[in-house]
Order: sequence, then C-alpha cells, then structure tokens
Amino acid sequence: MRAAAGSGHPDGPPESPHLIRLEEVTKSFPGVTANDRVTFEVRPGEVHALLGENGAGKTTLVNILYGLYRPDSGSIVVRGRRVAIRSPREAIALGVGMVHQHFKLVLPHTVAENAALGLPGTPFWAPARDVGRRLCALAERYGLPVDPDRRVWELSAGEQQRVEILKALLRGAQVLILDEPTSVLTPQETGELFKVLSRMREEGHGVIFISHKLTEVLEVADRITVMRRGRVVGTVAAAEANKPMLARMMVGREVVFRLTKAACTPGEAALSVEGIHVRNDRGLPAVRGATFHVCRGEIFGIAGIAGNGQRELVEALTGLRRIEQGKVRILGNEVTNRSPRFLADIGVAHVPEERIRMGIVPGLSVEENLILKRHHRPPFCRAGLLHLASVRRFAQGVIEEYGIVTSSPNTPAKLLSGGNIQKLILARELSGQPALVLAAHPTYGLDVGATEQIRDLLLRQRAGGAAVLLVSEDLEEVMELADRIAVMFRGEITGVVAGGEADREEIGLMMAGEERVRG
Amino acid sequence: MKRIGPLIVERRLAPPRHVVFGVSVLAVVVALLLAALVFWAYGVSPWRAYAEIGRGTLGTVGGLSDIVRRAIPLILCGVGLTLAFRAQFWNIGAEGQLLAGAVAASGVALFLRVPDVLRLPLVFLAGFGAGAVWAVIPALLRVKLQVNEVISTLMMNYIMAYIVEWLVHGPWKGPTMRGFAYTDMFPVAARLPLIAGTRVHWPTLAVGVAAALVVGLILSRTRLGYEVRVVGQSPDAARYAGISFTTVLALTMVVSGGLAALAGVGEVAGIHWRLRSPSHISMGYGYTAIIVAWLARGSPVAAILTALLFGLIFAAGDLMKSTLGLPFQITGVFNGLILFSLISSDLLMYWRIRWGKKGEAWT
Amino acid sequence: MDLGWLVSTVSRALAFGVPLLWGTLGEIYAERSGVVNLGVEGMMILGAYAGFAVAQTVGVPALGLLAAAVVGAAAALWHAFLTVTLRANQYVSGLALTLFGLGLAGLLGRGWEGKPLRVPLGAITVPGLAEIPVLGPMLFVDQTILTYLGVLLAVILWVVLFRTRWGVVIRSVGESPATADSLGINVTLVRYLCVALGGLLAGVGGGYLSVAYRPSWTEGMTAGMGWIVIALTIFASWDPLRAIWGAFFFGALYHLSFRLQAYVSPELLKLMPYAFAILVLAVSGFGGARWRRRAPGSLGIPYVRGER
Repeated sequence: MRAAAGSGHPDGPPESPHLIRLEEVTKSFPGVTANDRVTFEVRPGEVHALLGENGAGKTTLVNILYGLYRPDSGSIVVRGRRVAIRSPREAIALGVGMVHQHFKLVLPHTVAENAALGLPGTPFWAPARDVGRRLCALAERYGLPVDPDRRVWELSAGEQQRVEILKALLRGAQVLILDEPTSVLTPQETGELFKVLSRMREEGHGVIFISHKLTEVLEVADRITVMRRGRVVGTVAAAEANKPMLARMMVGREVVFRLTKAACTPGEAALSVEGIHVRNDRGLPAVRGATFHVCRGEIFGIAGIAGNGQRELVEALTGLRRIEQGKVRILGNEVTNRSPRFLADIGVAHVPEERIRMGIVPGLSVEENLILKRHHRPPFCRAGLLHLASVRRFAQGVIEEYGIVTSSPNTPAKLLSGGNIQKLILARELSGQPALVLAAHPTYGLDVGATEQIRDLLLRQRAGGAAVLLVSEDLEEVMELADRIAVMFRGEITGVVAGGEADREEIGLMMAGEERVRG
Repeated sequence: MKRIGPLIVERRLAPPRHVVFGVSVLAVVVALLLAALVFWAYGVSPWRAYAEIGRGTLGTVGGLSDIVRRAIPLILCGVGLTLAFRAQFWNIGAEGQLLAGAVAASGVALFLRVPDVLRLPLVFLAGFGAGAVWAVIPALLRVKLQVNEVISTLMMNYIMAYIVEWLVHGPWKGPTMRGFAYTDMFPVAARLPLIAGTRVHWPTLAVGVAAALVVGLILSRTRLGYEVRVVGQSPDAARYAGISFTTVLALTMVVSGGLAALAGVGEVAGIHWRLRSPSHISMGYGYTAIIVAWLARGSPVAAILTALLFGLIFAAGDLMKSTLGLPFQITGVFNGLILFSLISSDLLMYWRIRWGKKGEAWT
Repeated sequence: MDLGWLVSTVSRALAFGVPLLWGTLGEIYAERSGVVNLGVEGMMILGAYAGFAVAQTVGVPALGLLAAAVVGAAAALWHAFLTVTLRANQYVSGLALTLFGLGLAGLLGRGWEGKPLRVPLGAITVPGLAEIPVLGPMLFVDQTILTYLGVLLAVILWVVLFRTRWGVVIRSVGESPATADSLGINVTLVRYLCVALGGLLAGVGGGYLSVAYRPSWTEGMTAGMGWIVIALTIFASWDPLRAIWGAFFFGALYHLSFRLQAYVSPELLKLMPYAFAILVLAVSGFGGARWRRRAPGSLGIPYVRGER
C-alpha cells in the first residue's frame, strides 16, 4: 500500500511544502493540559498518523485544527501563511475537513440533506436535489458509492463514514482528518477505507489519521507522530517503525502484549439463550434468533461491528428490552422478560455500554452510586428507611478494594475520571458475587492503566466461577480475553469459534456476514 | 479558563453550598433593583416604595402576620413542588391541586354529616386525598401514555378552576348568598383556629413546617427519596437499576398534590370559610410556589424561607395597593423578575473567579 | 341540524382558530430549532396589550398588529437570551415569561380594562368565492385578513421548512446542533431567529384577539390559549400544515363552549378545550411513539460546544 505514496516524502527535505502546520500549540482544560507545545504538520500526498492512547490529546489537537477549540498559545500555519481558525466554517474555508469519531450526521435527514447543510453555493430551493447530483459525481471519482436519497439512520456505520468523507470532499477539503475511523469498521471495510485513502493520496490530499491501533497505523501511514499525555513523543517514518517501538513511545514503558490467563475450566451453563428475537428503538428487528450459552468459569466474547444487535441483546438479557420470541435461562430457571430488578436480585451483573448515561447517577455521591440496584435490600434499606452507616461502611470497603480514586465517598460521581467511573460501576456490579456478568465495551475509551485493571477484574470473575459475557468492538480485546468468540452480524450469531484457534481474517469475514464454514 | 487582569475565571463542576446561597441572594437583589425601575416608571420613588414596604410589613405585628398568612399556602405548595422537581416531574399544577383541596374541604365542611370533633380532621383528609388524586392523573398519563406533564398539569389547573366556578355559580351556590357566587358559610366546627388578633390559621402553618421537615427526611433518608433522586437525575440509570417510574412518580405526585391541596384547605377553612371563585381563593399561589421551589434549589426546608420571602412580596402588594395606589398586578411582575434573574444566575454558579498567582497565565 | 347554525359555527370556529394558528406556527419554528418556549401565553397577552394600546392611541389597527408583533418578538428574544446564551432551563424561563407577561400586561392595561377599541380591524368578504352557496358564507365572509394570511403563512412556512436551504439548516439545528456547528452553522443565531419568529407570530396572535376578534382589552383575555398552542404543536407533530387543522379544531371547541351555553352550564363548557387538549395528547400517546418520534432530537437541550 505504501507503493501508492507516489508524491509522499516520508523522509523528504525539511523545507518541503506542508499543507498545514501546528507550531508549539498548547491547550488546557480545568485540571488537564490536553496539548502541551505540540508541533505537527501534514504534507500534500501523505497520510500522517497521529498515534496515542485514549486521553493522549489527539482529539483535542485536531479539534483545534478544525476550529472547535482555540489554542491557549501557539500558531497554525496553512500553506505558509499564519492563520487563526476560530470556527469550523473558517477551517472548512482553509480546506480542512474532518470525520469525527462519533459522526456528525443528522440521522433523520437524507444523505443529500446532510451534505447540503451549510455547504456554500447550494441553491435556495430544493438544495438536496442539486447536492445529490454533485455527491454522486464525487462518489464515483473516489470509489465511495452512496444513495443520496436514503435516510442516514438506515445506513450502516461504514456507509455513514463514507457520507462523512464525501461531505468533506464536497467542501473542497485538502486536508482530511479522520478520528479513529476504523473503530466502526470490519477488517474488510477497513481495507476499503485504506484504498480510498491511497486514492486521496494520489490526488494530492493530506490525510491525518488518528488511531491507537499500531497495526493499522503501520499499514496505512507514511509518517507517524506519537503523542503521550498531551506531548509529542516523536515523529517517525512508517517504513522505519515497528510495533514494539511505537508501543514503547505510546505508553512510555515496555508493553507486554499477552495477558497471563489461566486455562479455562468451564462449568455448567449459567446463561442459555434460545432463539431470541428483539426489536430496536425504531421497532425493527435487531436480534434475530440468537442462540448461545455461557458457562460458569468462562468468558464468552461477542465480536461484531456496533449496531448489529449487540446493544439490544444485552438490554434484552438484563430485562431492559422486551424479548418478542425465544427463551432465556439463567442458572437453569427461565427468566425471559423478567424485570431488571428481578434479574439483578438473582445475580446478574450488568456493566452497561453507556456508563455515564446509564451506569451512574452523575449528581449522586460515590457511595450512593455504589448501592444502586441494592438500595432496596438489607442491609442498606430496612422498612423503607436507608441505613446510612452500612452504606458508608460498604462504600469505604469497596473503594479500597477496587482502588477507586475519589476524595471522599461523598464526592459526586460525575467528578471522577472516566477510569474511576468504570471502576465504580464494576465495584458495584462485581461486589455482589454475581453468577453472570454482562459487560458491554468495558474498556472503551479508557487509558492503558485502567484498561489493564478492568481486564484483570473480568479474568478474576472468570477464575471465581462466574460466567462472563463480554461484548466489545475491539477485536484484539475479545481475542485476548475470551475463551469462545461469537460474532454478531445483523442480529444473528454468524458463528462461534474457540478463543485459542481464532483467526483474525476469519472473524473479520464473519463480522461482515460470511457464515463460518464448519468442518 | 480566562485571565482578565489579575483575575482568573474558570469553570467548576459542582458549586459549593455557600456559592449557591450567595448567587441566589444576588439574584433576588438584582430583581429588586429591576423592580425599582417599575416603581420609577409609575412615578413612585423606589426609595419611598421600599421604605413603605419595609415599615408596613416587617415593621408591624399586623404586617408580619400578613406575611406569614400569605406564606402558608406557599410553604405547602412549594414543599410539594421541591419533591416533584427533584424527580424532574414538572408539576405546574399546584394551582389546580390547591383548588381541588378547597373543593373537597368545602364538600366535607358543608355537606357531610359527622360529629363536630371529626369534621376538621376529615376536612384535611378529604382535601389531601382530592389533591393527590388530581395530581396522580398527570403522573400516570406521563408514564403510561407519554403525555407531557407541563401541558397536562396546566390544563388541569384550568379545568379545576372552571369546576370551582361551576360549583359556586351552580349546584353549591349558597341559598343565603343571594347574588354572590359563594357557597354558604362553613359551620364553626369546620373553621380553623387562628392565632389571636391575626388571620394566621396556625394548624395549616404547623402542617406546612412539619411537611417541609418530613419531605426533607424522605429525600435524604428513605428508599423513596433515593429513588426520586435517581429518577430525577438520570432516568436511564433508574431504568437500569430496576426502579419503577410508575411507583416513584405516582407517590411523588400524591405527596406533591396532597400538600398543595392542604394549602387550599387552609384558604377556605382558615380565611374565607366558604368556597368562592378561584381567583379569590388562590391569587396564583400555585404558580408562585414554582418560584418558591426553584429558589429553594430543591430543598424542602429552604422552601420555608423562600415562601416567607414571597409571602412578603404578596403582603407588599396589598400594601402598595392601599398606601401607594399601585395595582396588585405589580406582584406578578415582581415574581416574574425574580424568576428571570434567578435562572439567569444559574450559569454564574459554575464559574469561579479568583486572584491569579504570579506568572500563572494559562495552566 | 340547521344549516345556518352550521355555517355560523364553522365561520366563528375559523375566526377563533386564528390566534391558535399563528401561535402554533411560531412555536413550531422555535421547537424545530430545538427551543421549547412555554412563554407563548405571556407573549400573546403582551401582544394583545401592545396591539390594543397602539391601535387605540393611533387609531390604525394595522399598526396595532405591528406593535404586537414587535413586542412578541422582543419577549421571545429575552427567552432566547436566557436559554440559548445563558443556557437556562427552557421550561422555567418560559414559565417566567408567562408569569411576567401576564403581570405586566395586567399592570399596564389597568386603565383600559373593558374598553372597546375605537377602530377595530375590519372583516373582509372575499370577492367571488363568497358567492358559493354554503361554503361561501362559511369560509369567505366575515373573516379578517389574518385568517387567510395565517393559512398562507402555514403553507409558506411548510415550504421553507421542507423544501429550502434554510429549512435544512433549521431542522438540522433542532435535530443535532453539534452537527450543524461542525459544518459552520451558527447554532445560536439560528435559534435566536427561530425563537424570535415564534414570538412575533404569537404576538400577532395575541394582537388579533384585542384588535380584531374581540376589539377591546380585558386582563387575562388570552385565557390559556398559549398553553393550548403548546399542546397543538405536539399534536401537529411540528408540521405547519397540520397546525391548520389542529388550530381550527380547537377554534371550534372554543366557539362551541359559547354556543352551547343554552344547554349546558357555561363554566363546564369552558373547560372543554382544556380537557380536549389532554385527551388529544393521550390519544396520540396510544398511537405509540408515532407522533413523538418526529419531535426534534435536541428539543429542550441547550447546546454547549463539546468542551470537557
């Protein structure tokens, strides 16, 4: 793929013309310096990767480029001219386009309406029609097929990403910023995206590719800049880089790539799901006849691109969503469509996908959050009255045990850091010795330290004999932790493979809907 | 974070209590300054107006008792509303719930045949029940049919007001009242005792203060209060934790509506001794109580204080009418101004201004 | 049923539906941009007062309506400032606007209480169409120009919302302000303009009451119509064309509450529109999420650019 980098100069002369350059940029938020004197540039015809773990300051940096934040100090130079980018509109005018990690799309609107929004030169009447036509022409040129009249919510994540790229190109973007673009793609879709990027490289665009995944950065980039804790650690040509080196730069210490994991000794089935059907918020089928079981003492991983029914599956298993058809058994008892409270009471722990919105009550204190779900039972509640002393005693115990960093048990939970919020949730869910743990994206967005702790907690649950269902978009994580891996595609389980014999390519195919060839 | 001269302005996530209190006081002061403009526009010197108000309300026993009398319904409605607002249930219906209480109280006072000792307790009980029922309807409509409670509670205010009108013009119109739209006078056994020399019906006042304390305890010390706070702060987390919205919102509204209804009981059994047209019974206590609860920032005990403040404003309205010849509607403008400056100040609490240390340009 | 009775009922229902229509169209625009304004009642009463005061003083009803529009828009801008710039709670700000508006209009209008307007806005007869039997007298006689302007406006606002560039911008801001912001749309400006338009139309709706429908000033003459407007906005599922039917349906209810007084006591009739408003919302609740799904995605939520 690097062969396509015709005009890219990975190690070209320093005076080579850049499209955009950030010099000594600093930006701070209350309590954090997100960017500390960062210098970074992108040249025409290169893919420049920005690598770093979550919280390293990559997103802040590109938000500055895109005019969403203003730097506290430092300067931005576009094609040799110093500029101030005060708003996205100015960024767009300077030829900067951005594909956010969470797409900025108006879901109920059509593709064409989304593309027309704020686009200079659209006609006043029926703007969607005109823009739709231009969109199709552009789509052909870059190999990004879309239907301008479809509503965005009907599109898959990969298709939505295409719309985002087209939106940027339509606005004449010379520099395209892609923030964690592969997190929503199957390995095959990722390959397609990389083809589009090399096409853009040929056309002389500059691409800023943000990622925390070493493999793909090495695959797609010409140059790689590594960030850690708001600072640039260094910039290297991709040809001269390798995984261990980048990992060391990223984390600041040697990284062990394998977790130590005891052999799996599965017991009886703790959860068995028989052909369940569940609808999503729009009333459309989201889970279609899923069947599987999870045994005590094993981690059962569900891989798949987000939006293929994983969320609905977990919600159905925790009583938050109605099961239309099929049966769920937990520890041998049928529990189909029982209430969330009933399921929690019989020992189902749930680490929810949306941890701030669902997993905690942001304004309540840490200790009050720790008793959520058990607040109605002794020792915390007797005859309708809360027993504050036992709440406090319990909270102090688990805060210590799980290493939650908080100034006091009285602190509002919203003041905790992301990693500590997740630890709070795990402490609450795991301290009741659950028989079944449903964990959805448990390490999403956390830094390496917190991620390790949380993975360790899940492994300890497994060792303690709990059945763990792990849903994650991070294929690496699933492959590392799970004893068996199921892949979900369009609401169906397309196959189950043993963790040990899992092959990335094969799982990738299954994530794209290919049935596993058994035999 | 911004630096302005020697000062540094930065955001904070959770304002401490004294800041909340300080900002609230500031908001009231700003509103009073704005109101001074209204006086001035009316050709009355603001100094003189405020001096008159100070002398006439705070300076005399009669004035003070008037403040308390006006504050009683505001305490009862306001305490109930703090509970509803904590559950993020926008009960705009205290006015209608108050009237429902007045209707039920009048019904029991006038038409029920019971021994005299039982009459007052039953008046209270019936009033509470009627308000609770009237208030539970919008809660159920919201949970079961997703009807926006702002609209339903408001509509029910109008409905109840017209029901009262109908009763006093029609079926309950007192035969001895000739042309007036009144019911007959309540029997003596259904009238509330007053503090001698004033119009303060103290049993209602006592109930109001007790209610504030009890609701405060419910919020901080009981399972229901815990669930109310979870539902109010994060409906998704409440669903996740298996908390029943139906139960929590229904119970909340039983208390909220019931307390508002007791305010109505107090007005008919303590002041008027009969049911009459809605605008005479209430003067918009139910709506003003929204500001009372908002200013109290969700604390039922603080609502006693804020209710007294608005009691003062109402008493001042009476006074301005009689001594300065200003119309009573001026209290409405006052209330609106206070609410405006209160909500404008909310953002202020989330900013902290402090002296910058040397060399601290940007952190 | 007597045909003459029906003709006059429909004719009066139209006349009474006019303030509801104008108010609802305005609120639809405000809410389409993501801002709930519960101050409609306050803006309408201020519009009614300003309309009457100016028309009475100057003697030109059209100027009265203009004043009503300006006052309504000014009040709405205040709401926009509080909710968009200061990010205050939209519900509470709207309530404050209503309390304030009712108080201020009552205060200022005391001297004019119960006075009839010198020169009310005249009724017009649509040439030609008025000759049609039954329909003519029903729809084209004895209405003011505001009836037809309101319907025309509904059509125009529908076209703008769904068929123009501005419409894309407004709807996008209401659905997903972060998206609009990322494409260089000034979310604040769009919201200010939509809320101001909402106040302008509500002001005209109020002015219509005091200058045309019942050319006089009475304290609290809007009688809760502003709240009906809020319900109608939901009922019309934020669609200007549907607002036409909703407004005239409630106009009919209001009118019938006067018309049927010979049979039922007037107080009970008067509560009918309010009871119906709840009923209508409850019934649309039965229809599942169908209605509500069209509620703008960011309705009621202040937009803060994603600082952490």
